[in-house]
Amino acid sequence: MSDAPASPELALQRRLARAGRNGIRAPRLDDPVLLPGPTGASMTDRVCAIVLRERAFLWWWIAFIPSFLLFALLVVSICYLFWAGIGIWGIGWPVAWGFAILSYVWWIAIASGGTFISALFFLVRVEWRTSINRVAESMMLFGAASAGVYPILHLGRPWFAYWLFFYPNTMGLWAQFRSPLLWDFWALYTYVLASVLYWYFGLLPDLATVRDRATGRVRQWVYGFFALGFRGSDKQWKHFHATYGIMAAIMAPVVVSIHSIVGLDFAGGATVGWHSTEFPPFFVFGALLSGFAVVLLIVIPMRRLMRLEDFITGRHLDVLCKLLITSSLLLGYAYMMDAFTTYYGGDPADIRMFGVRVHGMYMPVYYGAILFNILIPQLLWIRPLRMRQPVVILICLGVIVGMWLERYEIVITSLHRPHLPSSWGTFHATFWDWATLAGTIGLFLSGILLSLRFVPAISMHEMRSLIGKQRGERAA
Amino acid sequence: MAAIFRPSANLAAKLILLGTAGAFLALIAWWWGFPRTNYVRNVRWTVDQPVPFSHQHHVAGLGIDCRFCHTSVEVASNAGLPPTYTCMTCHSQIWTNAALLAPVRDSLANDKPIVWHRINNLPEYVYFNHSIHIAKGVGCSSCHGAVDRLPLMSKQASFTMGFCTSCHSNPGPNLRPQSEIFNTEWHRTADTPSPAALMKLYHIPDRNLTDCSICHR
Repeated sequence: MSDAPASPELALQRRLARAGRNGIRAPRLDDPVLLPGPTGASMTDRVCAIVLRERAFLWWWIAFIPSFLLFALLVVSICYLFWAGIGIWGIGWPVAWGFAILSYVWWIAIASGGTFISALFFLVRVEWRTSINRVAESMMLFGAASAGVYPILHLGRPWFAYWLFFYPNTMGLWAQFRSPLLWDFWALYTYVLASVLYWYFGLLPDLATVRDRATGRVRQWVYGFFALGFRGSDKQWKHFHATYGIMAAIMAPVVVSIHSIVGLDFAGGATVGWHSTEFPPFFVFGALLSGFAVVLLIVIPMRRLMRLEDFITGRHLDVLCKLLITSSLLLGYAYMMDAFTTYYGGDPADIRMFGVRVHGMYMPVYYGAILFNILIPQLLWIRPLRMRQPVVILICLGVIVGMWLERYEIVITSLHRPHLPSSWGTFHATFWDWATLAGTIGLFLSGILLSLRFVPAISMHEMRSLIGKQRGERAA
Repeated sequence: MAAIFRPSANLAAKLILLGTAGAFLALIAWWWGFPRTNYVRNVRWTVDQPVPFSHQHHVAGLGIDCRFCHTSVEVASNAGLPPTYTCMTCHSQIWTNAALLAPVRDSLANDKPIVWHRINNLPEYVYFNHSIHIAKGVGCSSCHGAVDRLPLMSKQASFTMGFCTSCHSNPGPNLRPQSEIFNTEWHRTADTPSPAALMKLYHIPDRNLTDCSICHR
């Protein structure tokens, strides 16, 4: 090449100029965290313009209407469930935990991944977090919401749901602190509450920005109401930063606790295949994997459809794909240890049950989980593939399916082969099992789409300080 | 740009936040307190009965033993309500024309039991047995109060599960010597054997009497 660029900076600008003609900027491995060009003000303009559009994008409606219909299906399923009872599901004896538990674990894992990105990487001050933390937090919020409905739904008598926490009662009863189920309930609702607060608090300065730019009276009022009077004074910023840091420091351990507790729910039972101290870290690894996969699934279409290529670059895809490989390897280790402890432990019931996974009826589920969660993500070791967005999307969809299969394997295969052969049984999901699962997907997608529409998709105040910092560095 | 909110909005927001917090605390207080009220538990609320039977008159005044009427209390789960014949032991001889006792005479004449209205009730999922409590040193008044002072019968304790477990978790202090079981005025005094001694005397095992299956069988 005769016109070899003098500096990487120049090369980048040339490339951008070329790409600008097509209107689409494909991600590249050597992308910086921020493409040069946008200033703090132009970034704020662009992000606010999305929120303050009079009409939503066409793609938004195309995505929202089916999502909302699925959500409506959830409402119908819940109403029918409350009317008819949990007999409408495929659960029975011995498989008393079915879709409700496995989908709960699946969702809470997806939510946890968002918290990892938002809270953990805030604490270690990585720059790439700034572009995607808002999306990760929305994902955490609606993932937790989708998970949060299941503990109520799976109760035989949901009107006694308040029995789960300890409440003032005349029975002289206090909570059973030795049960992981109690701690699970606490951890879950602590997590949901903390997620909402963390998401909302981080949003305050951005809501204030939108309020100041809104023209319609209704929007001014609504955004103004939720901005809680944030005006950007020095004092408010000082308190904001201190509080946000503390919240992030709380969220990071809370997210580990929530998924460890979910693992302990299983490990605490003397059920075949569950009674293992491996479960808490095993579950946390799975949470990381599915969280990173879902963030990628949201971020890749979003950067294109909302024209955020300047802020979500190849660097982000690269980092997220590397995290996906890492968590996939961690999970692979957990799978190996799961098999190893079973055969090394030598318990006949364990080995018999595991045999059903390895060479029995549930082979497709077991090997499907290994294929989608462990083997296929290894493709991302090939660098150029990380920038192939359709490939990454397919791999992430595979991970999501694989994670669901993993939970199916853990919940269903363990339960269907208890110690006593006379108690063996099977599980067949019913229409309402699937409808509820599809409905929570609708709840999640509707929530994500609504948040993309009405909430700044990028944390503008953090992005402004990142842009300012980078410009300062470049000038220096 | 014109201000979106007037200054009074600050006050309104604060009041709403405080009000929400206050309402939340009030809800918890109500949730805690309301089920404990005598109103909800019907404690010391008399019930209309076919005959306004006075325990005060019969127990304190005449000195009739509990077991004269509640005959099965020492041997059965149910203490037993007296048949009309028991009333007629005396009332065939005294107050034979009292208007108050007309239902008793009708009952005898028509061979139909008097329908008393239950005062102390437990849910059907609670297994309760009078005889074991009597045998192990729990006196009548521990649950039913000083019935010898009641002109009209009423519930004297809340009979919540908390009431049961308050004793089941530590029975010793509520036990009394065998001779005092039917003494409605009994109170622990300096002469009473120690709780530990009574536990030993009645062979109450050193096990958890608040296990679910003790009462919910």
